[in-house]
Amino acid sequence: MSTRPPSETEDVIVVRGLRNSFGDQVVHDGLDLEVRRGEIYGVVGGSGTGKSVLMRSIIGLQKPQAGDIHVLGEPTIDRAETEMVDLSKRWGVLFQGGALFSTLTVAENVQVPLREFYKALPQSLLDEIAAYKVVMSGLPADAGPKYPSQLSGGMRKRAGLARALALDPEVLFLDEPTAGLDPIGAAAFDELIKSLQKTLGLTVFLITHDLDTLYAICDRVAVLADHKVIAVGTIDELLATDHPWIQEYFRGPRGRAANASVEHAAAKEIAGTES
Amino acid sequence: MTESAACTSERYGERDVVRFTGSLSLAQIGDLPNRLHDYEGKVDTIDLSGIERIDTVGAWLIHRFAAQHDAKIDGLDPDGTHLLDQVAAADQPVAIRPTPVGGIARVIGEVGDAVVLTANTLYGLLGFFGATMIAVWHIIIHPKRFRFNATIQRFEVVGVKALGIIGLMSFLIGIVIAQQGAVQLRQFGAEVYTINLLGRLTLRELGVLMTAIMVAGRSGSAFAAQLGTMKLTEEIDAMRTIGVSPMEALVLPRVMAVVIMMPLLGFYSALVGIVGGGLLCWISLGIPPVTFIQRLREVVPLTDLYVGLVKAPVFGAIIGMAGCYQGMLVEGDAEQVGQRTTSAVVQGIFLVIVLDAFFAVFFTYVGWI
Repeated sequence: MSTRPPSETEDVIVVRGLRNSFGDQVVHDGLDLEVRRGEIYGVVGGSGTGKSVLMRSIIGLQKPQAGDIHVLGEPTIDRAETEMVDLSKRWGVLFQGGALFSTLTVAENVQVPLREFYKALPQSLLDEIAAYKVVMSGLPADAGPKYPSQLSGGMRKRAGLARALALDPEVLFLDEPTAGLDPIGAAAFDELIKSLQKTLGLTVFLITHDLDTLYAICDRVAVLADHKVIAVGTIDELLATDHPWIQEYFRGPRGRAANASVEHAAAKEIAGTES
Repeated sequence: MTESAACTSERYGERDVVRFTGSLSLAQIGDLPNRLHDYEGKVDTIDLSGIERIDTVGAWLIHRFAAQHDAKIDGLDPDGTHLLDQVAAADQPVAIRPTPVGGIARVIGEVGDAVVLTANTLYGLLGFFGATMIAVWHIIIHPKRFRFNATIQRFEVVGVKALGIIGLMSFLIGIVIAQQGAVQLRQFGAEVYTINLLGRLTLRELGVLMTAIMVAGRSGSAFAAQLGTMKLTEEIDAMRTIGVSPMEALVLPRVMAVVIMMPLLGFYSALVGIVGGGLLCWISLGIPPVTFIQRLREVVPLTDLYVGLVKAPVFGAIIGMAGCYQGMLVEGDAEQVGQRTTSAVVQGIFLVIVLDAFFAVFFTYVGWI
């Protein structure tokens, strides 16, 4: 462990001076952020503030006009796909719509990264891994042999998560994972992410609008506005700032409800330990 | 640095202990799965106190190994135990792909599926024809609802932009027909009949048929792909909820455009084909253009032109409707768009040729020979 440079052990994702624009429309300008190892880092922002563009920039799908991005100590900008192979073994990405390969079944989708990087694995083990990943991501067991077109939106998302987790990655990128899930499913999703982070030491970069998710699992939350990250911190720290958008976001009717439910749960826990 | 996973078995008195060391993770797993799979002998306890790291793949292997040998797991930290519990909870039989059906049953099943599919397609196409006619009737009752601009725009895409490729193709076909005809007819000393062959064939059949094939490939496929993509992105559903009829807004302008453009393109194609053949006659057979045209007027009856012009709009309607129908059938994923586009072209061309045969019999019957 001591041989690793400090930047890798401390900050898993480092973004410096990122600038993205489409024509005249500037999305990011001078955006900085760093995600520490083992934390769940939530990103919030109004619609059109470039949350998805930020994620695409970090994983190297979107070439920014300027800036420096390092993931796990490696740069991701301007690199050939062949150079990214080692990095792509170490991260998993869940796209908004799941982005499953439509000609493969759910279980085969999960096997794609395994087959790509670990060709020596026996077929029986591949099938077993796919099977438990499918169940672990919250899909019913009979979803394995189904094709993506036979799944609902929420199930596609879970199948996408199963594929993102196929290699037990160090970093997980999630783009609105709980959008379109029912509250029970969303809560189970939060639980799953939280426990994977705890047991595997996963670092999670999470874009979300789901206040419940933010309260329940995020260690730190970054707020995107005015083309940059205007504030980073725990939700309590963010509440202490006086930026109007942040106040509106967390103190609005929905924010209050999510906060209340968390406090309620905490109160119950305390009551439970005392009795 | 991390070491690859390994295991050793030891015996403590009455108890068989298998001790694991190294990193039980996907990247370091090596041949451990095979060794565990082939492991024979008794295991009472699995000792994990010596491992560096464990991920879900490692946990799965341990879970499976423990379950196989009914062994106890020892020496795992709380996080690891939690992970193992999670993996164990996910241990359910999951099929990887749908169960394949083999042998005779599969052949019969596929034949049956194909028959049902063909019948359904023809039935559906008939229904779609009816729906298009209803839309036409609505437009006749409420002419203001006709999408004039959309139709004109389709004229350009279907007609004007196809002029180049159809012209080139017809010109070359004309040359080929004249060339081949001349070679065969020369054996009888009847080269001059090349003009009969060329004039009648292009006007009656080839002009319209080749145009129909080209339009099916250019526009029929485009219709299917456009409507199919709109179907996938739920644009067509959105239209319906707003109260815009997709039949009137999307299908009718496209079908109208092909119906109107096909006779024009077919006539143009026949003319260019005759020009190409005439050029060959001039160069290769020494028949000057003036003689060529004079002879053409003598041997090609006007009914030949009518035959072509009557067929063209019908072919156009078939191509347009096959394209739109297949586009509207798209459901599910992007792959379907490709399949439906192929079907649209194949169906369009197939039906055009079948109808062409009917037309040939019909025109013989009415005396336009």
